[in-house]
Amino acid sequence: MVELVWLVPALPLIGFVLLLAVGNSLGEPRAGWLATTAAGASFVVTLVVFIGLLARDSHSGERSYELVLFKWLPAGSLQVDAGFLVDPLSITMALFVTGVGALIHLYSIGYMHGDPKYSKFFLYLNLFLFSMLMLVFGNNLVVTFLGWEGVGACSYFLISFWHQRESAATAGKKAFVTNRVGDWGFMVATFAIWSALGTVTYTEIAQSPAMATATGTAISLLLFVAAAGKSAQLPLSVWLPDAMEGPTPVSAMVHAATMVTSGVYLLVRMNNVLTDDALLIIAVVGAATALFAALCAVAQHDIKKVLAYSTISQLGYMFLAIGSGAYVAAIFHVITHAFFKALLFLGSGSVIHGMGDEQDMRKMGALRLAMPITAATFIVGWLAIAGVPPFAGFWSKDEILLAAWEQHNIGPLLWGVGLVTALLTAYYMSRQVILVFFGEQRWDEEAHPHESSWTMTAPLCVLAGAAAVGGVINLPLVKDWLVLEHFLEPIFNHPHHFSSGTLTKIALAVISVAAGIVGIFFAVMTWLTKRIPNDRLEPDFLENAMYIDATYARVVGGVGTSGFQGTANVDERFVDGAVNGIGKVILKTGQLIRPAQSGYIRNYAVGVAVGALAIIVLLTWGLLR
Amino acid sequence: MEVTTGWYLVLGALLFVIGGTGLLIRRNPLVMLMCVELMLNGVNLSFVAFSRTLGDVGGQTVVFFVLVVAAAEVVVGLGLVVAILRRQPGTTADDLSALKG
Repeated sequence: MVELVWLVPALPLIGFVLLLAVGNSLGEPRAGWLATTAAGASFVVTLVVFIGLLARDSHSGERSYELVLFKWLPAGSLQVDAGFLVDPLSITMALFVTGVGALIHLYSIGYMHGDPKYSKFFLYLNLFLFSMLMLVFGNNLVVTFLGWEGVGACSYFLISFWHQRESAATAGKKAFVTNRVGDWGFMVATFAIWSALGTVTYTEIAQSPAMATATGTAISLLLFVAAAGKSAQLPLSVWLPDAMEGPTPVSAMVHAATMVTSGVYLLVRMNNVLTDDALLIIAVVGAATALFAALCAVAQHDIKKVLAYSTISQLGYMFLAIGSGAYVAAIFHVITHAFFKALLFLGSGSVIHGMGDEQDMRKMGALRLAMPITAATFIVGWLAIAGVPPFAGFWSKDEILLAAWEQHNIGPLLWGVGLVTALLTAYYMSRQVILVFFGEQRWDEEAHPHESSWTMTAPLCVLAGAAAVGGVINLPLVKDWLVLEHFLEPIFNHPHHFSSGTLTKIALAVISVAAGIVGIFFAVMTWLTKRIPNDRLEPDFLENAMYIDATYARVVGGVGTSGFQGTANVDERFVDGAVNGIGKVILKTGQLIRPAQSGYIRNYAVGVAVGALAIIVLLTWGLLR
Repeated sequence: MEVTTGWYLVLGALLFVIGGTGLLIRRNPLVMLMCVELMLNGVNLSFVAFSRTLGDVGGQTVVFFVLVVAAAEVVVGLGLVVAILRRQPGTTADDLSALKG
C-alpha cells in the first residue's frame, strides 16, 4: 500500500491539469468541487499509505520506503532521482497537509462564491497542494527544492490573487522577493552538502559521518536562512503580515497551516546535520521572533493581521523547539498549530464574509449572536492557542517550554521568553475574541452580519474538533501515550529525551497555564469589563511592527538605492564597457583592412603567389621546420 | 639524347608558369578557368615524374585526387561562368567584384 505514494501528489496535479483545461467552462461551483475532490482523494490515499506504513515493523528500519520514479539529473557523480521518501516524518506532514488542505478547499467553495476568477483560484490551490506534497515527499533536497519553489510561486499567485488592488500586487512581490533570500540559502546549502557529503539524498545524508564542525555549522545556518525565509522568522518576517492581502482560505492554508511550516520540516528533516552552535542560534532567533511577533499582535486592528503576527510568533515557538533539540515537540506544534490556526483563519474569514468584507475589529463586536457556529468554533481555537488545558495547543506549547527550560546553555532565559510570549498570546487572542464576538455592537445595521453556508461551517466544526482533542497524539501523562514521539523516533539519529523530574514538569505546566490565565484575565479586564483603561495598550510602535518594515524601506530606499545605482553604474561603465570595447576594436580593425578585399581575382592570385614564394624562401633558409 | 626526369620537371614548371601568368593577365573567366587547369596539370606532371623516378606510387595517387577535385571544380566553376555569361555576355572577371570590401 505504501507504493501508492506517487498518487498522493498526482491527484492534485490531475486536478490542476483538468482545471487548466476545462476550469472556465466548469464554472461555479463545479470547479471548486473538482478541486476539493482531488484534495480529498489525496487525503484518502495518504491515509492508505499511512496504514501501509503502520503495518510495517517499526524497529528494523522498514518504515522508510523510497520510490524512485526516474533518474532526474544523472550528471557524473551528482545523481539526483525524482523519488519519494515515505517515512514517519513525511507521512505525518502529508496527513495534515492533505487533511487540512481538503477542508480548506471545501471552505473555499463557499468563500469564493461569486468571484470572477473562481476556477482559477482552485487551480492555484491544487497546484499549491501538489507542490507542498512534492516538498514533503521528496527523497532528496533537489525534489524538495522543486516543491519549495512551487509553493513559493503559488503563494505569490494567491497573495496577488486580487491583483487589481495595488496593495495585493505589492504584497505578492514583497513575499516573493523576501522568499528569494531564503531560497538562496537553500540552494547554497544544497551545493555545500553535495560537496561535503557527495549526496543530496536524505537517507544517505542521514547515514553519512559527521562533517567538520565549521562546515556543519555553515550548512546548518544556510538551511536556517532558508527556513527563516519560508517560515517568516526574524529578520525575514516582514512578508507574512502583508500576505494577508490574499483571500482568507489562502491565509489559512498557505500562510498558517502548511507552507510556512515547511521551514520547520526542512530543519527536522536535516536534523543530523545541525550542529550545537547552529542550534543555539536557531533557538535564540526563534525565541526572539516569538516574543517580537506576539508584541506586534497586541496592537493590531485588522482581524487577519493579529492572526498573521500570531502565526509568526507560533512559528518562533517551533524554531525554539528545534533549537532546543526537541524536534518532536516542533512537529507536534506544527500539527496542533495547523489545526487551530487554520480554524482561526477560517473563522475570521467567515466573519469577514458575513460582515461584507469588513476586516477592522473596531467595527465589529457582539457577533456571537449573528454567527453562533463561527463564534463557538473560534472560541475553541482561541482556547487552544491560549494554552488552556486540555485543548491541543496546551500540550504542544508546554512541551516546547519544557524543552526550552532544559536547553543546556541559556535554558531558563529561553523559557522565560517563551513564557512571556505565552502570556501575550493569551492576551492578544482574548482581546481579538472580545473585540469581535463580545462587547457592544459597533457595526451599522445595514452590514447584516449572517452565518456562512455549510461548506464554510463544516470545515470549521471539523477543525474545532481537531483543535480541541488534537493533543491526544502526544500526551505526556503516560509513556505509552507519546504516540507521535514513538512514531517519529526512527528518523532521528539521537532522539531527544526530557531529563527533568515529574515535579519540575508539573511545576512548569502549572506556571504556563497560570500565565495563560493571567493573559486572558487581563484582556477581560481591559477590553470586556473595561475596569482597566485600554487607551494606551495599542502603541503605534507595536502596531507598525517596531518599524522594521519602515527601516527596511528607508535603508533599501536610501543607502540601498544609491548602492544599487552605484552597482548599475559600475556595470554600465566596466562590464558593458568591456563588451562594447571588444566590439569596437573589431569594427575598427575591420575597417582598416577592408580595402584588402578588392574584388579583383588577380589581386588574390598575386597574394597566393607571394605567399607561396615566401614559404619556399623560408623553407630554403631553414626557418620553418 | 635521353629524356631524363629533369625534362619533365621543366615542362611541368613551364606549364605552371604559363597557367599562372594567364590567370594574372587575362580577364575572360573561361580562359582563367583553363589557366587554372593548366597549372594543376603542370603540378600533376611533376608528381608523376617524381613518382616514376623514386619508385613511389604515392605521387600517382595524389594525381588521382587532384584530377577528381579538378573535375568537381570545373563542374561548379563552368556552371557559374556559363550562367554569368548568359545573363551578361562579355563579362570580365573584374566586373565580378560585388563582394569587395
